[in-house]
Amino acid sequence: MTRVRSLFWRWVALAILAAGAYATVVRFTRGLGAATNLSDQMPWGLWIGFDVLCGVGLAAGGFAITTAVHILHLEKLRPIVRPAVLTAFLGYLLVILALIYDLGRPWNIWRATVLWNPRSVMFEVAWCVMLYTTVLAVEFSPLLFDKLGWRRASRAARAAIVPLAAAGFILSTMHQSSLGSLYLIVPSKMHPLWYSPLLPWLFWLSAVGAGLAMVIFESGMSARAFGRALELDVLEKLARAMAVLLGVFWFLRLWDLGVRGHLGAALRLWGPGSLPARMLWLEALLMLVPAALGLSDRFRLHPQRLFALASTVVAGFLVHRLDVSTTALAAGSRYFPSWMEIAVTMMLVTLGVAAFRFAVLHLAVFGPAHGAQEIEEAKLAPALYG
Amino acid sequence: MRALLIDVTRCAGCGACVEACCEANHLPVTDSAELGPYHYTVVRKVRTRRGEIHYRRLCMHCLDPACASVCPVGALKKTRQGPVVYNPSICMGCRYCLQACPFEVPRYEWDSIAPKLGKCSFCAERLAAGGMTACAEACPTGATLCGERDELLKEARARIAAEPGKYLPRIYGEREVGGTSVLYISNVPFAMLDLPENLPTEPLPSLTHRALSQIPPLIGTAGMLLAGLWWLTDRKREVARAEGAVRKQEGKR
Repeated sequence: MTRVRSLFWRWVALAILAAGAYATVVRFTRGLGAATNLSDQMPWGLWIGFDVLCGVGLAAGGFAITTAVHILHLEKLRPIVRPAVLTAFLGYLLVILALIYDLGRPWNIWRATVLWNPRSVMFEVAWCVMLYTTVLAVEFSPLLFDKLGWRRASRAARAAIVPLAAAGFILSTMHQSSLGSLYLIVPSKMHPLWYSPLLPWLFWLSAVGAGLAMVIFESGMSARAFGRALELDVLEKLARAMAVLLGVFWFLRLWDLGVRGHLGAALRLWGPGSLPARMLWLEALLMLVPAALGLSDRFRLHPQRLFALASTVVAGFLVHRLDVSTTALAAGSRYFPSWMEIAVTMMLVTLGVAAFRFAVLHLAVFGPAHGAQEIEEAKLAPALYG
Repeated sequence: MRALLIDVTRCAGCGACVEACCEANHLPVTDSAELGPYHYTVVRKVRTRRGEIHYRRLCMHCLDPACASVCPVGALKKTRQGPVVYNPSICMGCRYCLQACPFEVPRYEWDSIAPKLGKCSFCAERLAAGGMTACAEACPTGATLCGERDELLKEARARIAAEPGKYLPRIYGEREVGGTSVLYISNVPFAMLDLPENLPTEPLPSLTHRALSQIPPLIGTAGMLLAGLWWLTDRKREVARAEGAVRKQEGKR
């Protein structure tokens, strides 16, 4: 039975990769116009809205957990540092890949390193992507070095973890917030239910909240796939943090709508032009309900329910970011991605899942703690925090 | 700084400006009503209570252009003389300029595999050589004037003052998004000319600047906070470890 199921998924993955490969050829031989539904009025579509805005956001669990363990010494979270860093690292690699599809002249991508325009948010974004991907690569490298038996390199990379974690926190904070800042310059084009001077802060909050949900989601998926036990005692702590962060996010958002006098627009749920308000409340429903339920032990301490809560939050987050990048923009409600845009996005997600699986099968992602220091700390941890 | 004054009431819709523009930029002549990667200016008409009105659209050449401020590599620049010019050789094609422009002016070569931006360059080379734009030179009715921005503002005010019943008492582009180098005066509401009426008077780049200027202090604060928290939690752990050792010894005794 499991064999049949795994065979089925293998065929699905192959079909997605084939469609993605075809779309890739069209994109790079006939241009963005032939492959996408983008237009002068809607210059950013699914590849920016989903692959970049959602991809980076959901990778936020990586820096959040790294900071918690290596800066705040929350030893209990240590078992999930590696999967979270792996997720973030793969996420960033996929974002870069997606950018190569989306940029009209990707061969000029390196120019941002020499031609500086510090007034541009995109310039900040470009530098954050480059630097934080490097940080993630070094944070992830010990797993590879251990596999190769390069002890000294592994030890060197581990020794740098505290400053790396600090750099990761700062770069991620800048990157997550700057994705929101990208939209600060379009006040006249963006719907008031999404435009806000608080966009950078809102993007940071929603990313960390949903990033933690993503870690729970992934732990659940990989527990099922690899037959591991779920680290419920760890994940329930993440769910608690997630609930608080999403609560603050929605409080700020609704408060901001009130202050700017747009709560009325948020309540226009029927009649023509009610799509934005409906989407807003769909986002709220998908994020706030699981966040609230996550505060109750009956849901948080139950593996299936916890998994369902996290999945719903991730879905709500996707809706929210797609709203910001499409629904909220004047031409956005008329844009729908072409099948080739969808195929490339699905291909990138499939590649990410495959790479994650490959890494788990060949590297000690979920394995026992390596290195004398970590073992010692693992022994100490229960005495301290248990 | 050079500017253009477009007096909608004088435009006959002859299209001489479009032809001159295409010729000066070596582009195919079309009568398209939409700006495009190969149409830097267009003449449109709209039926109003005052009869049929013709009006031009082209890049507004903002004084503090959003497109130039958002370009990560500086492929778009506002020159001292006024034009906002584009350098395709360094452009990476992120299209943030298309997203940021409040007038929806920049157009993209979507069908190219090395796409470039298409938009009016304000005939930057002709201006630098002391000339005026091809469109202004070609205009037979004086509906498009090329000159110094201050002078054109004066001229616009004089025209409005001379015929207050005809013109709306406002110059579009004088204050919008901090001012533009293309100015409009009209006898019908500017919204009818597809000019957005919901723009702030403050330059759009200042909206981003407010957020970006918070970053350096944020880095400093975050760095200190992280160091402090690391030290504090590390110390807590050491104390716990020492206490644990003491307890162990006492247990042995």
